[in-house]
Formats: sequence, C-alpha cells, structure tokens
Amino acid sequence: MKAKLVAVGLVAASLAAPVLAQKKYDPGASDAEIKIGNTNPYSGPASAYGTIGKTIAAYFTMVNEQGGINGRKVRFISYDDGYSPPKTVEMARKLVEQDQVLFLFQTLGTPSNTAIHKYMNMRKVPQMHVATGATKWNDPANFKWTMGWQPNYQDEAKSYVRYLLKEKPNAKIGILYQNDDYGKDYLKGIKDGLGAKAKSMIVAEVSYEVADPTVDSQIVQLQQSGADVFFNITTPKFAAQAIRKAYDIGWKPLHFLNNVSTSVASVLTPAGLEKSTGLISTAYLKDPTDKQWANDPAIEKWRAFMKKYYPDGSLIDNSNVYGYTVATTLHQVLKQAGNDLTRENVMRQAASMKGFKIDTLLPGVTISTGAKDYAPIQSVQLMRFNGKQWERFGQIIDSSM
Amino acid sequence: MTRKQILLIGVLLVIACALPFVASNYRTFQFTLVMVYATALLGLNILTGYNGQISLGHGAFYALGAYCAAVLMDQAGAPYWATIPAAAAVCLVAGFLFGLPALRLEGLYLALATFALGVAMPQLLKYDHFSKWTGGVQGIVIAKPEAPWGLPLNPDQWLYFFTLAVTLVMFLLAWNLLRGRIGRALVAIRDQHIAAEAMGVNNAIYKSLAFGVSAMYTGVAGALSAIAIQYVAPDSFNIFVSIVFVVGIVVGGLASISGALYGALFIQFVPNIADEISKAAPWAIFGIFMIGFVYLMPTGVAGAVRLLLARRRSQ
Amino acid sequence: MRCARRTSATDVDALLHQILAGLATGGIYASLALALVMIYQATHLVNFAQGEMAMFTTYIAWSLVTAGMPYWAAFFITIVFAFVMGVLIERVIIRPVEDAPVLAVVVVFIALLVILNSVAGWIYTYTIKSFPSPFPKDAFVATKYMSPHEMGAIGITLVVLLLLFAFFRFTPLGLAMRAAAQNPDSARLVGIRVGWMLALGWGLAAAIGAVAGMMVAPIVYLDPNMMGGILLYAFAGALLGGIDSPGGAVVGGFAVGVLENVLGAFVIGNELKLPMALVLIIGVLLVRPSGFFGKVHVTRV
Repeated sequence: MKAKLVAVGLVAASLAAPVLAQKKYDPGASDAEIKIGNTNPYSGPASAYGTIGKTIAAYFTMVNEQGGINGRKVRFISYDDGYSPPKTVEMARKLVEQDQVLFLFQTLGTPSNTAIHKYMNMRKVPQMHVATGATKWNDPANFKWTMGWQPNYQDEAKSYVRYLLKEKPNAKIGILYQNDDYGKDYLKGIKDGLGAKAKSMIVAEVSYEVADPTVDSQIVQLQQSGADVFFNITTPKFAAQAIRKAYDIGWKPLHFLNNVSTSVASVLTPAGLEKSTGLISTAYLKDPTDKQWANDPAIEKWRAFMKKYYPDGSLIDNSNVYGYTVATTLHQVLKQAGNDLTRENVMRQAASMKGFKIDTLLPGVTISTGAKDYAPIQSVQLMRFNGKQWERFGQIIDSSM
Repeated sequence: MTRKQILLIGVLLVIACALPFVASNYRTFQFTLVMVYATALLGLNILTGYNGQISLGHGAFYALGAYCAAVLMDQAGAPYWATIPAAAAVCLVAGFLFGLPALRLEGLYLALATFALGVAMPQLLKYDHFSKWTGGVQGIVIAKPEAPWGLPLNPDQWLYFFTLAVTLVMFLLAWNLLRGRIGRALVAIRDQHIAAEAMGVNNAIYKSLAFGVSAMYTGVAGALSAIAIQYVAPDSFNIFVSIVFVVGIVVGGLASISGALYGALFIQFVPNIADEISKAAPWAIFGIFMIGFVYLMPTGVAGAVRLLLARRRSQ
Repeated sequence: MRCARRTSATDVDALLHQILAGLATGGIYASLALALVMIYQATHLVNFAQGEMAMFTTYIAWSLVTAGMPYWAAFFITIVFAFVMGVLIERVIIRPVEDAPVLAVVVVFIALLVILNSVAGWIYTYTIKSFPSPFPKDAFVATKYMSPHEMGAIGITLVVLLLLFAFFRFTPLGLAMRAAAQNPDSARLVGIRVGWMLALGWGLAAAIGAVAGMMVAPIVYLDPNMMGGILLYAFAGALLGGIDSPGGAVVGGFAVGVLENVLGAFVIGNELKLPMALVLIIGVLLVRPSGFFGKVHVTRV
C-alpha cells in the first residue's frame, strides 16, 4: 500500500514537474504572453487562403478569453505576404528580428516557405506546421526547425494510385493539374506511385493556370485522349468546372479528386451533386457541409466558435475547419511545453505527439510525430461521393508505415 | 547642379552610409530593397517617363536579371558581384531586341505587347523543359554573400553597401545620360516624335536603345534583389510586379530621377502600412493610398517637390 | 501534353470540339471586350478596372437573386445599378484626375481594380458561388459541345453588339459621345456637354460589363478573381479586332478564344498557350496596327 502511495506520489510529482519546473524563455515568451508570428496571403492571387490566418487569429482570441495557455496570453501576429516570396522573406524577418516572436506558425505556401526555409533554420527559429502539403518539410535531419502538418500531396496521390492499380490495373490515365508546385507535387506522386507503369498508363497530362478563366478546353483534351481514369488535381473553382464539364460532354471516367477540393457546399453543389456522384477522394478533416457531420458535436462546437469569434468567416469553407484544427494542434504543443518556452523545447514538444486526437479530424486520424518523423498527419482514408455525402471506405491508410 | 543640390545629395549620402550602423538588420534589409526598387523604377522611368513608351511588363526584365544572377550563382558557381554586369548585359540585349519590333507599336498596342511580356515571363520560368536551369516551380535558393576582406560588417550590412554602390553608379550614369543630348532626344521623341525625326533624331535607334537601357537598369535591380532575398521563383515575378512598377513611377514622378527614389519608398512601405490598417482588405487600402497620392500630386512626389521649391523661390 | 494515338476521324472531331469550346469561351471574352470598346469610344482610355466592376455588379445581382428576386428583375435592376455606379465613378473618382497625365489616370484605374477586388473578397468571401442562367438547361439546341447557356450568352452578346453599333452609328447621342472623346474642345464649341458624355460612357460601359458578368458567371462560377484572366483576353481580343469597332472587338474575342484552345490542345500545350497567343496577336498588330476592323489613324503633323 505504502509502495503504491509512493508510486502515485512519484507519478503526480513528475506530472507536476513541468509546471513547477524552472521557467525558461526565449525571445517572444514571457510570464505574460507567447508571441507567435505568421504570414498569410491576405491579398494577391491566393487571397482565398487568407481566411486560414483569420481563423487562427480567432482561435487564439478564444483561447485568451478562456484564460490563455498555462496562464499566458497568446499574441498572434500575422502579416500579409500576398503569396510573394520576397514579401514573405521581409515579413518573416520582421517577425523574427523586430517583433521578436517565439516562432513562426502556419506560414502559407510552398514558395513562400521555401524562401524562408534556410533563414529560419540558420537562426534556429521554429517554422511550425507550415501550411503546405509539399513533401519536403519532413526532413528533421537537415532542417530540424521546420515541420509540416497536413498529409503531403505525394502520399495522397500514391494512395489513389494504389487503389487504382488494384481496381483497374489496365487503366488509361488522364491528369489535370494546376501548373504550380502544388499541382506538380501531386503529379510527381502519381508518377512515383505508378513507377515503371507510368509511361504506359498515363495517356494525357494537361495543365492549367490559376489565371485561366475555365478549364473546359482541358477537359475536352482529356476526353479526346481516350483516358478512362481522371486524376483531378485542381483547386475548388476549377474542380467544380472540371466536374461539371466532364459530365456535360458525356465523359464518365473513374474520377479521383484531390483532397483540397472536396467540400460539398463549395465545390460539389455548384458543380452539381448528381454530376459529382462516384468521385473518389481522401480526407482527414470533417467537412462541415457534409450531411453526416451536420449534427456532429465537434462541428457544432466549431460553428459556435465561428459565429462568436469569426462571424465574417464562411461556414461552408473547409479552410476554416483546417485553420481551427491546426490551431488546436499548436494549442496542445504549447500546453505540453509548460514553462519551458524555449524554441528548442517548443520544437521538441511538437515532435513528441503520440496519437493526439482532435475532434474535427476524421475518426481514426490522429497526430503523431517523433524525432525522425516531422509529419504530424499521415493517415487518410479513401472516400466516395454517393450523391449526398462522402462515404469513407477501406482502411485508414497510414503512409508512415 | 547648384551648390544647394550637391549639398543635399551629400547629406543624403552621409545618412545612407550611417544607416546600417544605427538601424537594425531588418531595417537595413528593407532599405536595401528600397534601393533595388529605385534602380528598377529608374529603368522604367527612362523608358516611360522620358521616352514616352509605356511598359506594363517591366517585371519580365526584373525577373530576367534575377534569374541570371541565380542561375549563374547556382549552376556556374559565379561570385555574386559578377552576376551584376552579366545581368546588365543580358537585359540590355533582351530589351533592345524587344524594343525593335515594338517600334511599330504605340500607346495601347505597346501596352498590350509589354503586358504580354509580363504575363509570359512567369510561364516561361515555370516551363518544364527549362526547369533544368530555372528550377521550375521550385525556384532557386541562393547563398548570402559575406563581407569580403574580413571587413567587420555582417552580411546584411555588406549587402546594403554593395547595393548602395551599384545604385549610385546606376543613378550617376542615368543622370549623365539624361541631362545631355541623349536625354533631350528621348524627350523630343516622347513629345513630338514626328518633329524630332524631321530634325534628324533617329527615332528607331533611340527608342530601341531606350528599351535596352531601361531593361538593363531593371535587370540589374532584379539581380540585386535575387542576392538580397536569396531566392527566386516564378511566383515572385507575376504581372503584379510590372503593374506595381508603373504605380511606382507615377506616384514618384514621371521623367524624374528623384522620382524613382520616392516611388521606391512608396512601393516598399505603403503595402506594409496598408496591412497594418486592415487585414480584411489590405490592397483596398493600398488602392486608396494610390488614388490619394495621384489626386494630391498628379505629377508625382517629385513634381510636387519641384512645385514647392519653385513657389518658395518665387517668394 | 502526351496523347494517345488517334485516328483521323476523331482528330476532326477533336478539332471541332475545341473550336466550339473556343467559341464558347470566346463569347465570354467578346462580351467584356464590348465594355472595353464602349469605354474607349467614350474616353479614349482602356479602363483596366472594367473586369472588376463587372464582377462586383454580378455579386450585386447574386445578392438580389439569393434574396429571392426573380432572375430578370434582378438582371435589369443590376444593369441600372451598374449604370449609376459607372456614372458615379466617373464623376467622383475619375473627374479629379481628368487633366493629369494619362499614366496617372491608369494608376487610378489600377487602384479601382484592387479596391473592388479586395472589397468583394471581404464582403462575399472567396468561396465560389453558383449564378443562375436564364436559359433552360434542356433546350432543344443543347449539344455536348456547347451548353444552352453558352449559346444563349453568345446570343446576348450579339444583341448587345447590335445595340451598341446602332447607338454609335445612328443616334445623335452616340455621335456626340464619339465627338466628345475624339475632340473635346471642338465638341464643346458645338454645345456638347463633354463632362456628361464621359459619365454616360462610363455608365453604359459599366452596364455592358454587368451583362457580361452575369453571362459569364454561370460558366466560370462567381468569385472575386473571376474576371482577371478574362480581362486580359478581352483586351487582346478588342485590340485584335479593332478597339474602336464593336463588331471587331466581338470577332476579336471569338478569335482569341478559339486560338487559345487550339494552341493549347494541338500546338504548344497548355503552359505556353497564353504567351504564344499573345505573340501571335501582337504579330497581327505589327502588320495591321489598328486591328482587323479598326480605323487607320492618320496623325497630322
């Protein structure tokens, strides 16, 4: 009995240890606050994603109202970089050198993050949970201060390919992709997944620019190529156009849609629900416009959060669930860090999440990181649209395995 | 140049040289960018302000210079300072070659042609078949130069002085060029091109050369920017860069060398101010600033300064 | 682009399909090109904010329709709203810089562009919105190449073209407007109120833009960045056809649409189709500097 008490006492003491531990601060952290920096495209060609920065700001307003993290308020400083790498460099330097933030969080865009990648690692300032699905952020050996968050595009592409090779090994593949590094990363994933069969299976690879008014011509090209499988690597507006046009011209391929554009209300409904039937995609977040989550407590909680703290934000934009979920992740990291708010420790805590669950993630999807694993979310599940909602099927695919 | 003007420039120079030692590295970096933009805007001003040829695509030459520098440093291992004359040479030729067919175009049509150039450049930079050299959509990361000869300067300070030196040379060159025969010929072509031709000014050569020199200036600025930012990617050089350059020369003052500096300050700092004012619609605020400046100073800040000085002199 | 081997029969089919798809997108360019021609005829300037004005007025229409108003009521109210907005913009925002250098006015246009784009994004967010089409989905003329709406939109564009042509050719007001733009001083001498001609021109251009936006939105979906790419193509098309000829601008718009599609599908691939299309257009302009149907301008010394 006494041994048990001692054991319990020791466990309690070790749990309390971080709280009672010596306070250690790096620039940006103090007894009163934690300063977090961010750059987002609030203007320019990618301004649609600026809503993520606003959601994160709203989340930390909520956290502060609820008492902060370990008694400290969060000061979330976000600057517009217009999706222009030179501006990102300037703003990142401002955040690190002038505003003296503890770390950068969810800086958005692959080129933007590439521009500051070396700088952040040289200055040993964490570049946390970057808002891009490029594959290169999971490289703790060379860039120990940079970490991604969302499942990367190449892994997602490979999950489609694996399914395809099982279901339709003699398929003729047509690919529509956005001509930037998001689209090209997916393309690489598809080709790597197909391996030696890439050359023989891919019959058409067609690109489009963000400035193109429509992708109708590209869809016609794909149909003409004789493809019976369609990899649709497009952002929401073009995804809707592609889905509708394919249906209208009578092309009915096995249609894989990338995960960025799966929102029922903002993509599939404009395209036409009957035209979207049969689409296959993956997900890791709950879609607030999907009927199956209409009364889900996590989504209800999210809606209440949006109404109170970000009333201007759209309730049908998946980006706002994304922002909420990634902010929750950081919340946990900072909670774990306790009073040791050095950059080193923040990074360490970010890299020690084991099966952390967030209720806006799909069931079965969790956040796990390790010293050699800087990819927090690596599990996705395939899902098929049945005309009303997305039905998940198959196993949860964990690309860390 | 009057004694007063020389004194003023001297004072400016002293302030410029002292800046990196009193300001933070971040501010030094910002002012390095101001000088880069000033050189770029001077280039555009030579073409559009002095010579009346509109260009909505000067970002293409900016990109060309930047990629010259990046590719030479990344692939040929060239030292950073050698990329400046290389970028200058390449852009001079490219600008001249573009200027030749552009001779036949004027006004709206030249605007479209240059707009096409500005839109085409990022496409070419992204093009798969060139990505071996250009890095494609991924871009090219460049190393930051250190101060040479063991000077006690950190990289930001060294880069600032390097940029300052190049900028001074470029401005001096332009000042010399524009106040002499060539400058007068350019302005004559802008204002009365038929009369100018009748007076013996070879429009074709001057206009094409104007394009070449203008491209050279903006190209040099591009190369400096690549070294300062240490990264080039197609996304850094979209059509908005060209458009912002036009805004810069108008706000700064057309046909004015100091206008390039005012314009550079505007395009560097006003977007940041707009961002502080409104996160919801930062470029709306930037647009309002643009309109405000044009209303209050239709001939640009340089024009307003000139008017003010003229008024004080007449009192 | 890598394509499978095809027989020649499907080659013809492919070409036909791309041409028809090109005419559909060309119709979009043509409709905005008409607005550009209108503003050029009235002011001798190209308003770079025309696309954003069209987009913004389409959002107004969307708000009305979403609030329950029937389509045609919303359509005509939006046109009136656009007209008034155009007049106001000219009187309030453009008038103060009337005498400034041309480039200063261009900067004001650019400012308008970014302001409208930014504000639309702020008010309506960036999620795409469906915009209704007045043309029945199952019209008897529907083919797999072109939807009823696309055909209807081309029809509307042609109607606007005819109206515009008639306005400039046959009405005294149209003549007065052209006179005011070409020679404001002489126009004033014969009693034309130049200021109001400009405002009228802006109003009409905005109204045409609103029609263009409402025809375009069902095809490309309504979002703040809807008109950016279209403006570029419309501008190129208008110059190609002749910026002072409404008919020319429409032909130019269609030509650009078809050219773009054919280049992208068969000639140079999608990445370089835009630069190549522009190079070809500029090539034409080098040979025929006023465009296909534009008037040749003689400059007096």
